[in-house]
Amino acid sequence: MKSLKKPSHWFLAIVTFILYIPIIVVVVYSFNASKLSSVWDGFSLTWYQTLFHDSEMFEALKNSLIVALSASINAAIISTLAAYGFTKIKLRSKSTMELISMLPIMIPEIILGIVFMTFFSLIGLPFGMTTLIIAHTTFCIPYIYMLVKARFVGMDSSLIDAAKDLGASESRAFFDITLPLLFPAIISGMLLSFAMSFDDVIISIFVTGININTLPMKIYTQIKTGVTPEINALCTLMLLITIVIMILAKRIHHHSNKKIKNI
Amino acid sequence: MNKKYNIWFLLFPFYLFSIVVIAFPLIYMVLLSFQTRADIWGVINEFTWKNYQDILQPTYLQTFVQSFKLALTSTFLISIIGYPFGYFMAKLSKKWKKRMLLLLMIPFWTSSLIRLYGWIIIFRTNGPLDQILMSLHLTKEPLRMLYTYPSVLIGMVYILLPFMILAVYSSAEKMDWSLIEAAKDLGATSFQAFCTITMKLTLPGFLSGIILTFIPSMGLFFVADLLGGNKIVLVGSIIQEQLLKVHNWPFAAALSVILMLLTTIMITLYKRISHSTELEGVL
Repeated sequence: MKSLKKPSHWFLAIVTFILYIPIIVVVVYSFNASKLSSVWDGFSLTWYQTLFHDSEMFEALKNSLIVALSASINAAIISTLAAYGFTKIKLRSKSTMELISMLPIMIPEIILGIVFMTFFSLIGLPFGMTTLIIAHTTFCIPYIYMLVKARFVGMDSSLIDAAKDLGASESRAFFDITLPLLFPAIISGMLLSFAMSFDDVIISIFVTGININTLPMKIYTQIKTGVTPEINALCTLMLLITIVIMILAKRIHHHSNKKIKNI
Repeated sequence: MNKKYNIWFLLFPFYLFSIVVIAFPLIYMVLLSFQTRADIWGVINEFTWKNYQDILQPTYLQTFVQSFKLALTSTFLISIIGYPFGYFMAKLSKKWKKRMLLLLMIPFWTSSLIRLYGWIIIFRTNGPLDQILMSLHLTKEPLRMLYTYPSVLIGMVYILLPFMILAVYSSAEKMDWSLIEAAKDLGATSFQAFCTITMKLTLPGFLSGIILTFIPSMGLFFVADLLGGNKIVLVGSIIQEQLLKVHNWPFAAALSVILMLLTTIMITLYKRISHSTELEGVL
């Protein structure tokens, strides 16, 4: 930090540094030539090579991407339609429904896991990609819904009235004006959901089928059983993906705020 | 086409998910916790209190107590680190606030498994921590930190700390600092001003931080699993075991109901004290 004059700044700097230690360790050790992760044996890209030849990893990555993408798209559609619908009509059930939809991020993940697991087996849905996507969609909805709802609050409704005065139909006004204005909130909500879904291990463990692994589940079992430094390489790549998503989300948010001000 | 019909079309998926995929399964879980386990597989539709009585068995009760202690200890540690962190952060200049938020976001968004794995490497016998300590002649032999209680505690504090920081920060950030100035003008010392004003105004964030850390620390079984080996068992670990290995679903459901009740009580208390309906710093 530039000005480490006050003790409080030192405190912030040290705690922040500690937050980064394990991340740095994982990245550094992914370039370790030694198979033993406790010994440093020089720089090497071996583990990245092994990783790229591991077909099971690719399968898990593919599953993770499919689940995260489908869940965030589903959640975006459901939340946007609902937030839009609630602006058109006053319903008594609105606050109850909002509360229920928020539950997935308020109750412990493990409970959500058992709730989904017993429910899917009750209705006889076979465990697999479908159950994973439904479960992930459910916990992605609150993130997008909150952001989109907040966006509606800040929106200038006169734009929509103007469009309608000029003869635009309800749906035309929605697609030409409301949706573009909501877009930044939807996208940043989707990125957040994507990251949450891409990381989830607790809920996934309960709702996945036999032989279907997502990346975090694969990492979890690998860490529990014999660890190969391949995991370090994988973690480093996941870290990179996370940071890229984060920067994208930040950019979009920043950009859209500027745009709104210009209107 | 009728206008109301159209709007219901918009709201239908949201209602469907809330009712069918969240509310109904939650109720089903509560019902399940009163059902009897079948001898081999599945459940019998017979009302029983047995699952709740089973929780009172010494082994399970012990786990609850152990889990509760770990949750309390980690929440306490998280508070004494996270509260000042969030508070000091809110006092930074606008530019540094933004930078700090960004700095916090990277670990926050990184998979918790990856971050725990980093600690596993560090704690491993003859790993970086041992090597540093031994080269500094602070210890003579490896600490064997991995698979001990302290390593689980560190892992838990580490994973949940950002939640507390962000919760406290978001309420300290909104605070009107001129109130502090006013108190000081009226003769209060900095400490008095902090106790009477800052503490009160940051209470919602702090309480929300406690909820966001205490409840998960009873359920995050993979922290205990990865850093504690089989030695430290959390409520979450038993739920997972009963569900996936023992296949005693009603018992797992009963444990979850208890955990849910705890969560509900804490959130209700939070709402009473802070007069707020939304948890501070959730997003």
